[in-house]
Amino acid sequence: MSGTFVGMPAFPEAASRAVRDATLRGNLRHATHTIRAKRAQAVAELSDWAALRTAGMRIKEHTLRHLDRYLVQLEESVTAAGGTVHWALDAEEANRIVTRLVQETGESEVVKVKSMATQEIGLNEALAAEGIRAYETDLAELIVQLGKDRPSHILVPAIHRNRGEIRDIFRTEMGRWGRPAPEGLTDAPAELAEAARRHLREKFLRAKVGISGANFMVAETGTLVVVESEGNGRMCLTLPQTLISVVGIEKVVPAWRDLEVFLQTLPRSATAERMNPYTSMWTGTTDGDGPRTFHLVLLDNGRTDTLADRVGRQALRCIRCSACLNVCPVYERAGGHAYGSVYPGPIGAILSPQLRGTASAIDASLPYASSLCGACYDVCPVAIDIPEVLVHLRERVVEGGPAVREGNRVVLKPAKGHAAERAAMRAARWAFTRPGALRAGQRLASGTRRLHPRTLPGPGRAWSGTRDLPAVPVEPFRDWWQRTHGGKEGTG
Amino acid sequence: MRVGLFLTCVNDTLYPDTGRAVVKLLTRLGVEVDFPMTQTCCGQAHYNTGYRHQAEPLAWHFSDVFGAYEAIVTPSGSCGAMVRELYPRMGERAAAEGRGDALTRALAPVVPKTFELTEFLVDVLGVTDVGACYPHKVTYHPTCHGLRGLGLADRPRRLLQAVRGLELVELPGAEECCGFGGTFALKNAELSAAMGADKVRSAESTGADVLCAADNSCLMHLGGTMSRLQSDMRPVHIAEILASAEEDPAV
Repeated sequence: MSGTFVGMPAFPEAASRAVRDATLRGNLRHATHTIRAKRAQAVAELSDWAALRTAGMRIKEHTLRHLDRYLVQLEESVTAAGGTVHWALDAEEANRIVTRLVQETGESEVVKVKSMATQEIGLNEALAAEGIRAYETDLAELIVQLGKDRPSHILVPAIHRNRGEIRDIFRTEMGRWGRPAPEGLTDAPAELAEAARRHLREKFLRAKVGISGANFMVAETGTLVVVESEGNGRMCLTLPQTLISVVGIEKVVPAWRDLEVFLQTLPRSATAERMNPYTSMWTGTTDGDGPRTFHLVLLDNGRTDTLADRVGRQALRCIRCSACLNVCPVYERAGGHAYGSVYPGPIGAILSPQLRGTASAIDASLPYASSLCGACYDVCPVAIDIPEVLVHLRERVVEGGPAVREGNRVVLKPAKGHAAERAAMRAARWAFTRPGALRAGQRLASGTRRLHPRTLPGPGRAWSGTRDLPAVPVEPFRDWWQRTHGGKEGTG
Repeated sequence: MRVGLFLTCVNDTLYPDTGRAVVKLLTRLGVEVDFPMTQTCCGQAHYNTGYRHQAEPLAWHFSDVFGAYEAIVTPSGSCGAMVRELYPRMGERAAAEGRGDALTRALAPVVPKTFELTEFLVDVLGVTDVGACYPHKVTYHPTCHGLRGLGLADRPRRLLQAVRGLELVELPGAEECCGFGGTFALKNAELSAAMGADKVRSAESTGADVLCAADNSCLMHLGGTMSRLQSDMRPVHIAEILASAEEDPAV
């Protein structure tokens, strides 16, 4: 994945700034609660939601099981429709291909449709290094780009910014990228939108190359699909002469008909809309309509490694709706930046450590960035059991085990720094498989109960720093039971 | 009916009152309760922290201890979900690792017979009015594993609504996690504390004196937060409310 976020501290440290920032917490709380309530309403309108969810899950499962076949079919369909398909094993290769394709057009500017895949590989930075300027045209991505910031949400990348901050960014930065913000710009939403519209229009009309991702790729027809709310994407998809789409290999669906499911579940899960305002579909190239040249870059970047994992592969079903972020109590308080990836929230916590591996501090901590409350699984429109994958990845972190990395079967070692915990877990297992030992421990605790502090030293300080410990009772239940019901030790 | 009480290690060690309440309640309803003395822990903390292989011996131990009972009752949505939802998964994983179906077969007699207390009352005994009396204003927090793992739905609320003298008030944002999450409370202490404080504040906003839940682990976290925030509310396990009777009231 992109080098953008490498060197991030582990999740708990990264989250602590957000937890202590009352304004940020307030912004996030307001935004997530609003969209959460709207989503619930939009979903409740459909009597067959459960069936749609199952259908979406099955289509994705089936496709992933036969991914090799559908990708080859897709390549044939795209080629037959006049497009060119490129295969990229990792971020570096994808960036190299796209850079070369842009250079071949002789252009040094491109307009971009909001795309997670190009964020994931750090395409804008790679293009900049070769003297090519990439302009983000999605309003929120524009705010993030102009503010030299990072996205903090999959769907609403500037969720952490308020109107005043956006006005300041527009005033100081727009002029350096193109048409400056109008004099006396205020933070009124209509004025901000108008400033962005004028700034972007200039880009749309001038650009000869457009770069996009895709929400879906239809294997049988070679059709790519982008769903969006603003229409900026459609401008980038239709006005330039050359269109380059960078898409993760898991985005393929077998047939046109499969879209009937996702075009219902995605907008309702994402923006609580019955249907998204713009659905753009294109199949190769067509004389006199749209780009003259179309390139599709199929991106692996850790996806086939993820596919090789029987528990973790379900993360590849994700359609990037963000419903899990909006319902997650941890995301709501930690903010998106703490996840150290373009994929924040619960899905990011299972996707990033699979795509990147669990070697870094941030990736080893992400599987623990959850209380396992299960709200994310409940809302997921393709029924990804995120808690199950989190626990599975925790096992990989603390116990190591078999995995596939870069196409090779490897046995991962446990991550460093869990020795004390591992010893404690072993000791607890030892005591819990020996009821006598457990009982001795309980009696010791009860016998010394008056000496127990309500706060703890060492690792326990994290708990007792903000909460009081319960008092230890005079006798554990089992002693009471034995005293009153005559239960014999060792009987079952 | 003779049931095995699976009290859970947390209740046994720290909350014996909950166990005594379950015995009192079930006995009042004509159920013969036994507490097998060799029981220990379901292994949830191990499993959820990533130590599945350390949790396996505890699943075996559970099946040895409880295999012979007609039903197994536990006053914990979380430990109940561990047995019912996650034990079968542990069996599948063991099989996938080439260790055969021995664990799955060992667990087959206990998994479907394990019930969280409110499930047992409503689904097995078929009662919602358990003859309790508890004259307090109560708000109910549905804990995550009970709510989403076991699907307890409105069973606890129906039981509470039938308690004489009890005024049940709705908790705003009831279905949001309290932030305990087992080792999450240690590994992400700041987030956990922030979630707990928010939960306590929304409970306080109801004007209730008692915050009730069907899991003492969550109540330990919330009770510790209340104590630190010097809140006037008290955390009380639902078993203690349901066991409370006019002639023998719980405080």
